[in-house]
Amino acid sequence: MAHDLPVELSDAVAVLGAFPVLAGANLTVQRGEIVLLRGPNGAGKTTLLRLCAGLIELERGRGRVLGHDLSTDRWAVRHRVGLLGHANGLYPDLTVTENVAFWGRTVGASDAEIAAALKRMALDGRLAEVQVSRLSAGQRRRTALAALVARRAELWLLDEPHAGLDAAGRDELDEVLRQAARAGATIMVASHELERAGTLATRQVEVVAGQVRDLGATS
Amino acid sequence: MSETRRAFASVRATARLIAVKDLRIERRGRVLTNQVLPFALIVMVMFAFALDSDAVLERVAPGLVWLATLFSTLFVIARSFAVESSDGALDQLRTSGAPSAGIFLGKALALMVQLLVLVVVLVAAAVVLYRADISWQGGVLLVTTALAATCGLAAVGTLYGGLSAGAKGRETLLPLLVLPVVAPVLIGATRATESAFGTNGIAVGEGWPWLGLLVVFAVLFSVTGAIAFGSLLDE
Amino acid sequence: MTTTSERNVTGTSFTRGLGIVTLLGIVLLVVLGLFVSPADVNQGESVRIMYAHVPGAWLAYLAFVVTGISSAAYLWKRTRSLTWDRIAGASAEVGVLFMGISLVTGSLWGRITWGTYWTWDARLTTTAFLFVTYVGYLAVRGLGGSHHQRARRSAVLALLAVLEIPLVHFSVRLWNTLHQEASVAGRGTDVTMDGLMLFSLFLGVIVFTLMYVWLVLHRQRALALQDMVEDSGLDAALAARRAEAVV
Repeated sequence: MAHDLPVELSDAVAVLGAFPVLAGANLTVQRGEIVLLRGPNGAGKTTLLRLCAGLIELERGRGRVLGHDLSTDRWAVRHRVGLLGHANGLYPDLTVTENVAFWGRTVGASDAEIAAALKRMALDGRLAEVQVSRLSAGQRRRTALAALVARRAELWLLDEPHAGLDAAGRDELDEVLRQAARAGATIMVASHELERAGTLATRQVEVVAGQVRDLGATS
Repeated sequence: MSETRRAFASVRATARLIAVKDLRIERRGRVLTNQVLPFALIVMVMFAFALDSDAVLERVAPGLVWLATLFSTLFVIARSFAVESSDGALDQLRTSGAPSAGIFLGKALALMVQLLVLVVVLVAAAVVLYRADISWQGGVLLVTTALAATCGLAAVGTLYGGLSAGAKGRETLLPLLVLPVVAPVLIGATRATESAFGTNGIAVGEGWPWLGLLVVFAVLFSVTGAIAFGSLLDE
Repeated sequence: MTTTSERNVTGTSFTRGLGIVTLLGIVLLVVLGLFVSPADVNQGESVRIMYAHVPGAWLAYLAFVVTGISSAAYLWKRTRSLTWDRIAGASAEVGVLFMGISLVTGSLWGRITWGTYWTWDARLTTTAFLFVTYVGYLAVRGLGGSHHQRARRSAVLALLAVLEIPLVHFSVRLWNTLHQEASVAGRGTDVTMDGLMLFSLFLGVIVFTLMYVWLVLHRQRALALQDMVEDSGLDAALAARRAEAVV
């Protein structure tokens, strides 16, 4: 439905084993926003992202993502989000193009869209036919992001996406994200890169000890 | 296109996409050819050392071929899913929009192709090492048996492989879960192969009922696997 | 009526009554089976193992069926409830116990009567496979995760076992028709059943079934309490976690 908020969490609790990583998180995200999740390690940023991706169970509280109730319907959420965690989700033995093409085709992306995604992340040159195992960490990150672009998700959940990228790469990533947001995607970025707060994010929240504190819109 | 037709097309497209991906990774990484096949051949040689009698070996050759195949299958399954969990591709598959039945069929198909290669090599090894003998009629039976048996093994393997993928301390569960389930395949494939080889004077004709068992097994687990894989793939 | 959780014990007046009846039944079975019923014409006293083996085997399969049905009940949306999952788990645990009893007594019986600890007849082999499959099932139940994750995973596994076991039984039986030695393993059928023996056997089946029900009821409630402990631990952990933020 058009007026469904991308993310609505109310007192959300998510556990890892017996430990409540998220201990009552409240968060609302509007469409087209780029929300920066700040906070110390262990605060629950990664778990929050995975919860919104529908990958882990909502133990207590209420949560709706893209109109789906997380308690009853989280499988439907998964296919509409793009998650980029600490790992890249790539196949080391395949080339950059093969990886991006594979992930793009899982949602039926055309060759043109895949080529565009590669171009966007500056991977259409000499790196295109290189096996991922031979790339540097930053180049792998870019490949993972290209795969994400090719998948046209409605909600992007990025965990430390800037890690491993050089300054140019980070600016390029920010531009990709801004473009995606303009095209209608909603983006949540967990990051320690606080300079990004001003230039990239439209809003910031702080995640501390499993709870979320809204820091308001960025000026 | 109606909903179901579209769903089927999507499953088929996903299966093809994933099977091609898996086989391409195998072609690049060469784990099957460089690691699993040598292992299987060594197992065949070890059997000869353990059994120490040409007459016995010739008689049990079919059984040894399928035993070696079973043990090697465990490695191939583990590898198939290690590829997914090494860089977090498993999470991407879960959020990819690809139907889980398609993922299952794709991985099972790739697994089946690799197992077929394995069986072909092992049968050749049996002919060489254990002096087994195949007639032409036996050849047809052998080929169809190999197809049905590897299909069943691939279905079961992908299903339980998905369950044991990812988290640590789970990979060791794979043999315990898989081996009891594939016992009918071992029985059926061995008996059919015996007929094909003409071991113990068993006629080729006696092998066909066993082939029937293998086909039923393969169909049952392929269908069930496609349905159940989604729940097992979940964390 | 107070629930299990409110009393923190797993016994109710029903299980207490059931327990007493079962105990009496066991005593009666022991008396009849071990002392009063006649020895077999062919096998002598060793036939008495039958009173433990046959009910044990029956229960192994009953437990298997119950686990299968409860797993299906859990998976079906309209009846989804963790109680079904706990019944499935409890039944599997008790079932594994009886499968073990059945295999051991069967093996001993075979040794005494025919000189071999093991034959490859379909029933015995299938029971052995059932045993191993359920050991695997219990191992998977112990993998951790939330209650529902555990439940869903195990339920699917149990239904796969329902598919697998008949296949195993069928293939072993087909396999055995090739081997003439299998006809020697007509155990149980070799015994000409005197009226009292039949009655004792029947009693054995009933008593073992009562024992099964009693064990599963208790175990299922114990599992419920265990889950509750985990959940309540969560409350304390939540409070502690929230306190971290205030600092």
